[in-house]
Amino acid sequence: MAVKVAAETLLRVENLAKLFPVQKGLFRRAREFIHAVDGVSFEIRPQETLGLVGESGCGKTTTGKLLVRLLKPTSGHIYLNGKDIAQLEGRELKQFHRTVQMIFQDPYGSLNPRHTIFQIVSEPLKVQGIGTVLEREARVAQMLELVGLSPAESFLFRYPHELSGGQRQRVAIARAMIINPSFIVADEPTSMLDVSIRTGVMKLMRDLQKEFGISYLYITHDLAVARYMCDRIAVMYLGKIVELGPTEAVIQNPLHPYTKALISAVPVPDPERGRPPVALKGEVPSLADPPPRCRFYDRCPIATEYCRTHDHPPLEEKAGRHVACYEA
Amino acid sequence: MALLEVRHLTLHYRTKRGEVNAVDNVSFTLERGEALGIVGESGCGKTTLALAIMRLLPENAYLEGQIFFKERDLLALPEEEMRRVRWKGISMIFQAAMNSLDPVYRVGEQIVEAMRTHEPTISPEAARERVAELFQLVGMSPDLIDRYPHEMSGGMRQRAVIAMALASNPDVIIADEPTTALDVIVQDRILAQLDEIRKRLDMSVIYISHDVGVIAEVSDRVGVMYAGKLVEIGPTAAIFKSPHHPYTAALMSAFPRLHGEKQELLIVPGEPPNLLSPPPGCRFHPRCPYATELCQKQEPLLEPFESTHLAACWHPLLQKRETLRARAG
Amino acid sequence: MTEAASLRPLESPWHARLRLWRRSLAANWELFKESKIGLIGLFIIAFFGLLSISHPILMATVWDRQVYDPVHGFDWEVIKAGGQNPAPPSLRHLLGTDPWGRDVFSQLAYSARTEFFLGVMAALITVIIGTFVAAISAYYGGFVDTFFMRTADVMIMFPPIAFLILLSAIFPLSLWSFVLVLGVLYGFGTITIVLKSQALSIQVKPFIEAAKVSGGSSLHVIFSHIIPNLLPLSFLYMMFNVTNAIFSEAVLSFFGVINVNMSWGLMVQMAYEAGYLTGAGITQAWWLFFPASLSITALCAAFYFVGRGLDEIVNPRLRKI
Repeated sequence: MAVKVAAETLLRVENLAKLFPVQKGLFRRAREFIHAVDGVSFEIRPQETLGLVGESGCGKTTTGKLLVRLLKPTSGHIYLNGKDIAQLEGRELKQFHRTVQMIFQDPYGSLNPRHTIFQIVSEPLKVQGIGTVLEREARVAQMLELVGLSPAESFLFRYPHELSGGQRQRVAIARAMIINPSFIVADEPTSMLDVSIRTGVMKLMRDLQKEFGISYLYITHDLAVARYMCDRIAVMYLGKIVELGPTEAVIQNPLHPYTKALISAVPVPDPERGRPPVALKGEVPSLADPPPRCRFYDRCPIATEYCRTHDHPPLEEKAGRHVACYEA
Repeated sequence: MALLEVRHLTLHYRTKRGEVNAVDNVSFTLERGEALGIVGESGCGKTTLALAIMRLLPENAYLEGQIFFKERDLLALPEEEMRRVRWKGISMIFQAAMNSLDPVYRVGEQIVEAMRTHEPTISPEAARERVAELFQLVGMSPDLIDRYPHEMSGGMRQRAVIAMALASNPDVIIADEPTTALDVIVQDRILAQLDEIRKRLDMSVIYISHDVGVIAEVSDRVGVMYAGKLVEIGPTAAIFKSPHHPYTAALMSAFPRLHGEKQELLIVPGEPPNLLSPPPGCRFHPRCPYATELCQKQEPLLEPFESTHLAACWHPLLQKRETLRARAG
Repeated sequence: MTEAASLRPLESPWHARLRLWRRSLAANWELFKESKIGLIGLFIIAFFGLLSISHPILMATVWDRQVYDPVHGFDWEVIKAGGQNPAPPSLRHLLGTDPWGRDVFSQLAYSARTEFFLGVMAALITVIIGTFVAAISAYYGGFVDTFFMRTADVMIMFPPIAFLILLSAIFPLSLWSFVLVLGVLYGFGTITIVLKSQALSIQVKPFIEAAKVSGGSSLHVIFSHIIPNLLPLSFLYMMFNVTNAIFSEAVLSFFGVINVNMSWGLMVQMAYEAGYLTGAGITQAWWLFFPASLSITALCAAFYFVGRGLDEIVNPRLRKI
């Protein structure tokens, strides 16, 4: 199937889905499926940062892993520069891994404790067979300077445990940048860092984006962080995108009731400013075999009979943005 | 006298690599019914401070100073008495406590068990009834008493832990990062409930958090810690409106905001110091845009600026925090 | 990119690796030093090491081959002086002679070498197999995992000594074949289960995913990430397996089912055969069995002690602050 891709799109996701079987009892046949990602579509433009925001378990990390093909989608398409990479295997998959990278949440777990910083940062080059050892070393040194670990030679042959959390995350960023990817999935890269260190890492990621022309999928649970990092925001709930639009528009004027609740639940660091109460019932329901109605129905303050009897609303354009709600 | 008064509390850990000065000369008071927030980054000593008040410290910890609770010095109490204080006087909600529930016992049983250990006279039926009341108090259905921890969501388990802390009707609750692992919507509800319970029961609460937003919303007064020191303390509104210590101002300007106008975030250079060898003088001076020679040499002490607003700084910010941004460039 | 960075001379990775290796060795020694029991173990091992080296040196310089050969030696001087075999310890024979007139000290020293060889070789085989099997079954899971884990279950239920006795009835067990069989038997046993659980906890770490995102193959992930993180634990288990192998050899030699020139187990067996280990005989010639059985106990304990000392390095949770 030939798909026309607009020139300004780097990555296009169509109806992406990932189901995980739930194994029950002795019989190995899975009867139920966890719908971790359930028909997600969006686009990422060159040099753009798209924020993927949602609560834990909403499927945002699974989406990220699908895009870098750490996981194989159950169905759907992922077009990178017009080529569908959703089902790639073997040599082609390895070739694809030259163009994408991922930055992980945990700066302690994402670096092999038995490798030196040089081994860690040069790994993508080594795996892809780029350059000789000495060439790689020079390149790693340059990259370390670029991410603010200077002088590089004092970091090259140290182990991760000798570095602070902020420095480790800079190492992780250096590793992601070293093969010059066009697209990086950043999974909560600053959520485990302290406030005074976090800002520096966020700024570094933006600076590198400009310098190398990278696009980010920035996964976070923190809308305030997303506001500073992202050009557009997609809000996920139970495996579905419920709202997608330019950052400021979504934050200043959320359309979906879930986005509204999410925004009003964030504490305000200003004692003089109040915030509206969160109008939301219950807790996040299970992802296993959801019933055919709006996923948000059980908790929605404005749900109607129509929402209960009809399947989850499609993501439709409303007022210049995309919202999946019958009532918005 | 205040309900709880900490005076010149200093705590060292003796380790193989040297002495770690985790809490250094910290003093503050807590009145009945008050909510005090302690905010700071990881490793600033805020959790250690709480553990020191509870006297729950490892063997290599050395304490100096006094902690007066109801006019008795907790550091001078025998262990037996202290155990009673930990039950009836001050109880603590530990960080990530929701994961500390024993998976093999029903949640209700665990709370009954805790109650009967400290008050053997209470009958199992009465204890169970009390647990049902507590569950309602923290916004949970009493039907959940017979659930196992794995049958509950993170938010429900955190509520159960709060219920356990409330079981003895303590005068003070110390809540160490009570909502850190939870999603914002659940966090919002739990914080609101905790605040309501505090007001209803006229309890005092010490909130400990790294999250400036959470602290701003729930506390009457705020103390800011940096590298083992209390650098600023005062009424919440005053601290957030006109912070005097450059670190407080930096912390607030570095914290991304969701509401209101979008502002550029301040980048604080460097990293918090290693407490094995903290810098001399003011511990913030290597990262401070205002630092002078005086700051490197002499340690500033907490001094009152307004009657209840104290800060430890040689060059306090007396105007608005915009000045910091200008200086930091 | 900045030109300056590339112009600055950099330390070559090979040189750095050597430097780091030396440094980590020094750091681990600092930790190991803290453990008294580990140091005692190391001291005993060093003692037996010296003992085993002393044998060929003494053979080449001081000792007369005719007299001091551990297997064929015979000293007429003992008979000439009016004594009889077994002769009690004297200056000429530090630990006396056995019923056939051979020097016991020479046997003990000669056997020390054998014990080291078979202990370390069998343990090495065990650990190499265990590490690979653990890494592979943790990584691939599914059928591979089930197969190796059930094999391990069978191996655990299986008494290896009884099996070796049975095996020796079919074909004669040389030292080499004994080492190989024992190493392989243990390699598929308990150690795979222990190492696999460790491998599983390594495998869920984000650095494994980072390697996969870079395009790392399964082999790359296993060899570059899982196995290096397993090695400290493997090394620890190797120490415990040396103990196991030496002990098994002693038992089997005692039963006389291994074709070996001389070993501590064989020394005890010969004392038993000659009737010096039962009844009234036990009081007559202690030097025939006591030095050998003490050596077995001491060397087994020593490797176990070193293992305990290494435990402090490998499991930082046990480390004191």
